[in-house]
Amino acid sequence: MESLSWSQITVEVLIRFIPVWISLALTFSISIYSKRRTGLYGKLFDSPLGMVGFGIVMFWVFTAIFADLIMTHDPLTQVSGMKNKIPGYPMSSAGKEGVFQHYLLGGDIMARDVFSRVVLGSRVVLIIAPAATAFAFMVGITLGLPAGYYGGRFDTTLSFISNLVLAFPVILLFFLLVTPEIRLAGIEIGNYTWTIPTIMASILFIFPIIFTIILFNSRYFTQPNKRNFLIGFTVLFGGWLYLGLAWDADPLGLISIDPNILIVFVSVVFVNSPTVFRIVRGIVLDIKTRDYVAAGQTRGEGPWYIMLWEILPNARGPLIVDFCLRIGYTTILLGTLGFFGLGLSPESPDWGTTINSGRRLLSIYPHPALVPAFSLMSLVLGLNLLADGLREESLKD
Amino acid sequence: MVKFIIRRVGLMILTTLCLTLLVFFITNLYPNLEKLAKTQLNFRMSDDAVTSYLERNGYLRPTPVGYAQWLGVIPGYVSEPDKEGKITGRCKLPGVTMEDSPKYCGVLQGYWGYSTVFKEPALDILTKRLGLTGWLMLTVMLVMIPAALLLGIFSGMREGSKLDRTLSAFSITSTATPEYVSGIVFIAIFSSSAFGLKWFKGSATSAMDDITWVNFTLPVMTIALYGMGYIARMTRASMAEVMTSQYIRTARLKGVSFTSIVIKHALRNALIAPFTVIMLQFPWLLNGVVIVETIFNYKGFGWVLVQAASNNDIDLLLGCSVIAVIVVLVTQLISDIGYVVLNPRIRIN
Repeated sequence: MESLSWSQITVEVLIRFIPVWISLALTFSISIYSKRRTGLYGKLFDSPLGMVGFGIVMFWVFTAIFADLIMTHDPLTQVSGMKNKIPGYPMSSAGKEGVFQHYLLGGDIMARDVFSRVVLGSRVVLIIAPAATAFAFMVGITLGLPAGYYGGRFDTTLSFISNLVLAFPVILLFFLLVTPEIRLAGIEIGNYTWTIPTIMASILFIFPIIFTIILFNSRYFTQPNKRNFLIGFTVLFGGWLYLGLAWDADPLGLISIDPNILIVFVSVVFVNSPTVFRIVRGIVLDIKTRDYVAAGQTRGEGPWYIMLWEILPNARGPLIVDFCLRIGYTTILLGTLGFFGLGLSPESPDWGTTINSGRRLLSIYPHPALVPAFSLMSLVLGLNLLADGLREESLKD
Repeated sequence: MVKFIIRRVGLMILTTLCLTLLVFFITNLYPNLEKLAKTQLNFRMSDDAVTSYLERNGYLRPTPVGYAQWLGVIPGYVSEPDKEGKITGRCKLPGVTMEDSPKYCGVLQGYWGYSTVFKEPALDILTKRLGLTGWLMLTVMLVMIPAALLLGIFSGMREGSKLDRTLSAFSITSTATPEYVSGIVFIAIFSSSAFGLKWFKGSATSAMDDITWVNFTLPVMTIALYGMGYIARMTRASMAEVMTSQYIRTARLKGVSFTSIVIKHALRNALIAPFTVIMLQFPWLLNGVVIVETIFNYKGFGWVLVQAASNNDIDLLLGCSVIAVIVVLVTQLISDIGYVVLNPRIRIN
């Protein structure tokens, strides 16, 4: 078997991504066709840069979805004779039926396929980063709204705490929270050991539930039946997820999370929440002087109704933009964690860990580190462009 | 103004105390101490031996007491006399009996503890390494700030022009390229021994003694690139805003040349906002420094931080966090004061 030339590699890689190209084409044609009816999302397709950003982001989203179809090899299997091989190198077992004949982007230091690892890595990154950002937003919004709206001592205390977290160098925080000894340290209460990750998870994961309950309660206060149903559902469903995710105590045994991923997730949420809190608080301070807020107060609406259904919808522009930017920032943070070998297992195909394992032989075999590096960069770039496009279009109103 | 500064400094001290207490608590959790005892003596110690070692060296006191001793506001720990009647303590100086050693020994007295990894007093290590990092930071600042300001000014002075689009694309890309990406890309391109250009060195270890163009360019570029985009974008926004203001239009109608408008009229007002951003970049630079010093093996403060954290070197890690937190808080303070001084529209009462 011959090694593939660079043009052959490009063609082969493009072919592997066919499911992604089809989905991208469908998404774009549907979105552009209906762009006058889909509000801010539709307007995105008027801005070329925004469209490029959206395209890159969706490319990685579809890659994460179709990862099983795109991968050419198992990302954890080590194939003998393929260690550090250059891109396009034929498999040592070439000619066998049902096995992809080449390592498209070469082999890494453990003789695994770089291409497949990057593709599967997108799944790890694109699950953790947006979910962690969403959690950070829930925490930031639930605390930032009352802090800005009421002000006073509550605001002072929370602002002080958020400044504390912000004054802490992120890397030091990661090293403190994610080292194995600290993850094991705990206080025993009853027959359950409360480690630092579980304590943090129990505090941080309760916010989405509180947020949803307050949201429904303030909206449907006048329709007790509907309200009770929605809140009951939230408590049951949210509580179920909460037990599984935070305490690993799902009564049905369905929901659980790898403790390695939990601590990474929790520390990323923890680092992001104070910034979101500050942004939300700032916006609320601005918006609460508007006439429609005064009108709501005169009508006798409750404070939470005003915060969640008058102020929050009007703050959505900057929040959506920041959400996109923050997913990118979280991706960088995840990469940093992986780069220092913190949290995720060294086997994990996520980009930070792969970059870290690839950099040791960088000056001789650069491809195992460069491929995930460019992937990470392109995803963050896409998110930044998308945020920029959204900001430009939302300012045009 | 004086009152404002005093209040900010007070808040700063409170923040430092809270954060160091937190770090102290986390680093002194029992599993950490157990590991410390085992690395100090031997790995197959029994649990009893670990407890007695920790007990004897005063690690098992309650956190607030330990923290106060570490800080130096209460007398340092003194052990019970052992079988031979010897006593030891936190403040015991080598070669001196306990009675002749000082009673208080904490951060405030200049005793920052002893590094168990480097076998040196923590303060000595930190001052030496901070000096090295200082050079790196200084060079980064000298490269990054002028470049970022120029980028921002050129793209902000004619918003929407082709030049603006190109430069903005560059700054967006640079904010999307974290240090660990640009660092390895630079190494692959410029220093790889197999196929690269071999212009620069991929390791900055030799720059610790002698900084040269060849060994210092890549680390500096790596940090500067990531920070540059953000400052440039802030400068661009601020410049674009100034360029639409009334007095610029007046100057234009008067017939002042475009270059003169930009340099004489617009720049001064446009640079107020970036100043704050530049100061607030310090905490970011600290992250960048840790990553870059790890990639390029430049043994400065960031490298020490990684070593201390991964080798469970409690005193050194505490020292690192004190310095890191103080750097962040002092720059925040300077940024706030500078903003007030530069911007006459803001008054503090």
